[in-house]
Amino acid sequence: MNEERIIKLAHGSGGRLMHELVEETIVERLANPILSALGDSAELADLQTGSLGRIAFTTDSYVVQPLFFPGGDIGKLAVAGTVNDLAVAGARPRYLSLALVIEEGFAIADLRRVLDSVAVTARDAGVRIVTGDTKVVERGAIGGLIVNTSGVGVVPEGVRVGSGLAEDGDAVIVSGTIGDHETAILIAREALKVAETIESDCAPVGRLVEAVLDACPDVHVMRDPTRGGLGTTLNEIAFASNVGVTIDETRIPIRREVNAICDILGFDPIYMANEGKVVVIAPSVRADDVVAAMREHPLGKAAAIIGRVGGRRGVYLRTEVGGLRPIVMLEGVQLPRIC
Amino acid sequence: MSDAAFEVSGLRSPEGAAALIERIRSFAIRPIALMEVCGTHTVAISRFGLRSMLPETVRLLSGPGCPVCVTPLIEIDRAIHAARMPGVTVATFGDMMRVPGSRSSLEAERAGGADIRIVYGPADALAIAEKSRDRKVVFLGVGFETTSPAIAATIIEADRRGVENFLVLPFFKRVPPALEALAVVPERRLDGFICPGHVSVIIGSNAYEPIARRHGIPCAVAGFEPLEILAAVAALAEQASGRAAGRPARVENLYRRAVTEEGNRRAQEAIEEVYEIRDAEWRGIGTIPESGHAIRGRYAACDAREALDLEVPAAEEPPGCICGEIMLGLRLPDDCPLFGTRCTPRDPVGPCMVSSEGACAAFHRYERSEH
Repeated sequence: MNEERIIKLAHGSGGRLMHELVEETIVERLANPILSALGDSAELADLQTGSLGRIAFTTDSYVVQPLFFPGGDIGKLAVAGTVNDLAVAGARPRYLSLALVIEEGFAIADLRRVLDSVAVTARDAGVRIVTGDTKVVERGAIGGLIVNTSGVGVVPEGVRVGSGLAEDGDAVIVSGTIGDHETAILIAREALKVAETIESDCAPVGRLVEAVLDACPDVHVMRDPTRGGLGTTLNEIAFASNVGVTIDETRIPIRREVNAICDILGFDPIYMANEGKVVVIAPSVRADDVVAAMREHPLGKAAAIIGRVGGRRGVYLRTEVGGLRPIVMLEGVQLPRIC
Repeated sequence: MSDAAFEVSGLRSPEGAAALIERIRSFAIRPIALMEVCGTHTVAISRFGLRSMLPETVRLLSGPGCPVCVTPLIEIDRAIHAARMPGVTVATFGDMMRVPGSRSSLEAERAGGADIRIVYGPADALAIAEKSRDRKVVFLGVGFETTSPAIAATIIEADRRGVENFLVLPFFKRVPPALEALAVVPERRLDGFICPGHVSVIIGSNAYEPIARRHGIPCAVAGFEPLEILAAVAALAEQASGRAAGRPARVENLYRRAVTEEGNRRAQEAIEEVYEIRDAEWRGIGTIPESGHAIRGRYAACDAREALDLEVPAAEEPPGCICGEIMLGLRLPDDCPLFGTRCTPRDPVGPCMVSSEGACAAFHRYERSEH
């Protein structure tokens, strides 16, 4: 590996460079078994809760630009993103913290808009903001507003999911269309004139996940494919579980407009961030139940089985024309500041 | 909101592909080597996983079809030298930014304060020149015949509007002379060329007749959809088996919805008005006669090499890099000792890894398995 001396934008992209930074620079210095698992949420098994279950804890910072975009804003994202990290760990999200870093000159009217979004999304997700912090920095430092949320939830007894638990024969399921969020951000950021408005899929998926767990308590893996998209998430799972994954290009749900825009601009939807979707890896006999449960929910109408676990290690795509090729870990940035 | 149904176009149907594969199998009894010379084909072949579908007897080689990849190292250094000059703005396609020069790159120079702008075409560069009359705007003219007519038209327009600060570095090249050079590489015999789609729109399918007649190499002009590429492979496989039986090589146009035999006359006229043909160096390959252009006559003043002193020291290729052999079809990307280790898309050594249409970049993105 070539020595990195300065942080580049690619270090924040969710791809290989970021993984290396996290593992070799951050985790190495802070190592403990909980952190080293690098789940979307950390499970704090030694905190006694009686029969409630295990406590899960997570944090995320939100640096998305622009702050307001079709389908949401940084406030909605900050709640949904952290709720979703808890949900895919099998936790019922309960409480969030909210830390604001605001740039001098930021319009208070905009701050109110963001906070209204936070409130609405939190209510929808059934979580409460219980603590927070506010800082102001000089003009020009950060693009208006940066938000951090940390979240606490409870994983009910008997629920056990993890990136390392995929098994040969499992079905790979996705809860809906891919690439919507990052495409919406791309369009908003570049002020592209596009015939149809594409909205971010930004949404809390806690209740969708509950429905899945009710239908199929023994799913093996749940992840939300945010930065780096479906392709990166599947690589992480394949690596953690030491398995092969093959997905079928024709089965991946994707909006025609998203596909077309990505094609024109040279982006690959497989790597585009999603903020309201879940990837589930479940025993194949339960796959149809999982899909049915998702489709009952407004956020899962386009849910589909897209592939299988098995075969040679790595992640592969059966292309629409019948070929087979690897889906590699993305090297660097497709687009900075998408979440 | 549209629904999530995935649309399969006729030129991507798996049934159509399977039928073409059968056809290819029936003709490719003995090993054949086919070469494409177009970056878009390079990427399409890898992205759709076409190699995984072909019989073992068919080898698809990637030639020097990526214009960024064939721009000589010394020209990169000249572009960097220009960017460092006070009062000079360099305008370039994005792909050129990260190509390593001998000591730097355009991207590094921009980070260091040089005025380098990414444009989507020569007209954007002309617009910049018009707005900033006090600066010399140097457009890096990288490309093949798909790009050179547009650059010619822009040069004509700049002359008409009196925009004297618009300059061009004429890096663009001509494909047919390269095919002639590739046809006579002694170490590796070619059984067919998959001819570039967009270039052929400009130059016409007749441009490949000399390759078929003089060198006996079958040529098939192909579009960019997977079935169009497979159809070209099938046509070439059929011709190859015909060659074995003594039939002469032909040019077949399988992209008739865009390509005619004569090509685009207006574009060709623009090229003839502005440029004269000269020899050019192709990175990793060497000098190919009559494969480049100089800006001629009344337009010569916009040739940046005349207007600016772009003298730079001789350039040495980075040790270990075998981009040249890869572009000649003699080696594959993962034959290179640097591939995927010292040379990666984020930290490239050679041009084939930098450009999104380079053979090594396409291989790294779509064909490498890393687990």
